Amino acid sequence: MKADPRGVLTGVHFLDGDHACCEGALAAGARFASGYPITPSTEIVERFAARVPTVGGTFIQMEDELAASITLQGAVWGGAKAFTVTSGPGFSLMMEHIGYAAMTETPCVFVDVQRGGPSTGLPTLPAQADMMQARWGSHGDYEIIALCPNSPQECFDLTIKAFNLAEEYRVPVMFMMDEVVGHMTEKVVIPPADQIEVVPRRHTRKPLGEYLPYQTNGDMVPEIAHAGEGYKFHITGLTHDERGYPNMTPPVQDKLVRRLQNKIRNAADRIALYEEENLQDAEVVVVSYGITSRVAQRAIEMARAKKLPVGKLRLITAWPFPETKIRELSAYVKAFVVPELNLGQMVHEVERAAAGKARTFAVPHAGGSVHHPEDILKVIVEACR
Amino acid sequence: MSDFTNPVEPFLRTDRMPHIWCPGCGIGTTVNCFARALIESKIDLESLALVSGIGCTGRVAGYVKLDSFHTTHGRAIPFATGLKLANPKLNVVVYSGDGDLSAIGGNHLIHAARRNIDLKVICVNNLIYAMTGGQTAPTTPSHAITSTSPYGTCEPAFNLPHLVEAAGAVYVARWTTFHVRQLARSIAEAFNKKGFSFIEVISPCPTLYQRRNKLGDGLDTMKYYKEKSKVKHGAPTSEVGLTMTGEIIVGKFVDRDRPDYQTMVRAQLTESLGDRFVEQAEMVCS
Amino acid sequence: MVERCKACGFCVEFCPTKVLALSSAFNSKGYHPPHVVNPEKCSGCDLCGMYCPDFAIYGYKLETGQAHVATAASAVHRAQRGPGNQSTGVEDEG
Repeated sequence: MKADPRGVLTGVHFLDGDHACCEGALAAGARFASGYPITPSTEIVERFAARVPTVGGTFIQMEDELAASITLQGAVWGGAKAFTVTSGPGFSLMMEHIGYAAMTETPCVFVDVQRGGPSTGLPTLPAQADMMQARWGSHGDYEIIALCPNSPQECFDLTIKAFNLAEEYRVPVMFMMDEVVGHMTEKVVIPPADQIEVVPRRHTRKPLGEYLPYQTNGDMVPEIAHAGEGYKFHITGLTHDERGYPNMTPPVQDKLVRRLQNKIRNAADRIALYEEENLQDAEVVVVSYGITSRVAQRAIEMARAKKLPVGKLRLITAWPFPETKIRELSAYVKAFVVPELNLGQMVHEVERAAAGKARTFAVPHAGGSVHHPEDILKVIVEACR
Repeated sequence: MSDFTNPVEPFLRTDRMPHIWCPGCGIGTTVNCFARALIESKIDLESLALVSGIGCTGRVAGYVKLDSFHTTHGRAIPFATGLKLANPKLNVVVYSGDGDLSAIGGNHLIHAARRNIDLKVICVNNLIYAMTGGQTAPTTPSHAITSTSPYGTCEPAFNLPHLVEAAGAVYVARWTTFHVRQLARSIAEAFNKKGFSFIEVISPCPTLYQRRNKLGDGLDTMKYYKEKSKVKHGAPTSEVGLTMTGEIIVGKFVDRDRPDYQTMVRAQLTESLGDRFVEQAEMVCS
Repeated sequence: MVERCKACGFCVEFCPTKVLALSSAFNSKGYHPPHVVNPEKCSGCDLCGMYCPDFAIYGYKLETGQAHVATAASAVHRAQRGPGNQSTGVEDEG
């Protein structure tokens, strides 16, 4: 299905990542956002608040992030495509409702423009230290999808992708920006609406009486009904059966939670998005994502200028982690170098997927600025030895 | 079998009966009143959605045959807010307990009242956290014994009608589970109001609150409600606070009109944007 | 419906015409459900139904086959009568 042209600001723009993310959401068909102000993410909803009344939709500023992160889910069950936007401290408050969205299979998007932490940390400065929180932050076993843009253009393109994945898998999608990507201004090309592919909701067409909210019919993703359509369905965060009724028994728990995991895990290779360069002859691969991938790019160019056999793998999906790709590479490369704006998060995933077949070097940074390319280069040189 | 059926039956997920509520608990009684109010007000059931939080009353969502959402603890009101804003044609009822709505959800309660979101809130107040075993709630009367106040509660209790009136609710009433007809009428009345309506229902928790405080069983509590309740419509809400064994002021305390949130939003945007304002279309994105 | 009853006694206590009493019979959960002791006094007001927290009882007014509504006949209805409860319920009178 093509995008609704009313939400698409076709043209060539000069936008920062936050504003581009907002335009991506509008292009994807999002007509509802609930938010709570927090630096460095607020510009996304500020723009949405200005734009959406001219497109036909709603923005509401809630009293806190607990409210913002569930209000949007009410809107989804009312028929909207909806999202919320935050940064670390607010993301922490939203964890409960990421779990609720995962459990109830509410398609929605959580944008986290990452800043330094823990706690209030560095409100105006970048980090990439919420990557594990995005994956594991809510309690219990569940899977989410997380995307990492590295430019304002990608903030536009991948926000659409985030909404599409949310609808396809009925899962909350984490959009993991960072302060630098959010605030850097670059050229953003917004194509005509008929060139933007939008995944429709898995809206049920079953007759009343035949619809069960969590019946999957072989497909791991159930169809959804909206309130007010006559289905009189029940949704709960409790462990539930196909009817949506609470059923707190080990077999029902096992069936439900395994499905919630496997609908994403089994599709991991299909979901995986990454960018690669010079991997054929690489002995060392720099694995990076978000803003750090742009610093890493410079370091890789410097290394290749020194004739070092370095390749690049940029993760666009952080979760599900593209472990098949890392496993394939680890069969023939010597080492991975993983720079990130935290003291070691995704590097552990790389190490796990490499399973000892290739060495793994972290290039940690506590946040507040980006790496110096030289710091990454130093580790590349060490890894090439 | 005759053709007569229990009037509440069509509103129930009968395949989930019997329910989990204890003998003498009043939550089921409030559901009867809710069902009678729906019959009386002739609400289209397909346009009605019910949202609950967590706790004993939170389980109402699972027992009513409506589009019903059992959400997270304290967040029924913000969930209901999203539902209502995305589909303004829905009648949205929030049905939850005192702890859920006024403690963990207290911030949402006052802000929804302030915004005057068009929600009907039914708050079953059993003066305690019942689902978790009888801990002190913000509504627990002073000196009452609870599992977390074994020597008696020393905190003052919330007076919920006063709180929501101050925050901006357009309709505020309180009944007990003894006042079944009045409660049903109040709920029906709230359906005819546009804006944030709040109906508090004082209800027994014989298993935890009454037992620990040696106040008898559910029936004894109902008799207490009958004896000690005074109907005072329009009573100043500042004077309707509850004590452990004292008088219970019931009645319709507030019934006033002010524009609801969506009306205000539409007016503001029309004024500011003129022709550029686009009414929200139906959001069903299939 | 008798199986839903948890014998709280609300219906017995608050019946305005004292139609009901808790029976000595048990339902399968071990509760004593109410039974009708004064059927002729029932006005069909359904207060028992409104009070019942377990959706286990209700009252109604019967209609005759005539064009007008008859108010004379009334009953307290219990949908399911278990063994040992044969004396309760007066639905057949309708």
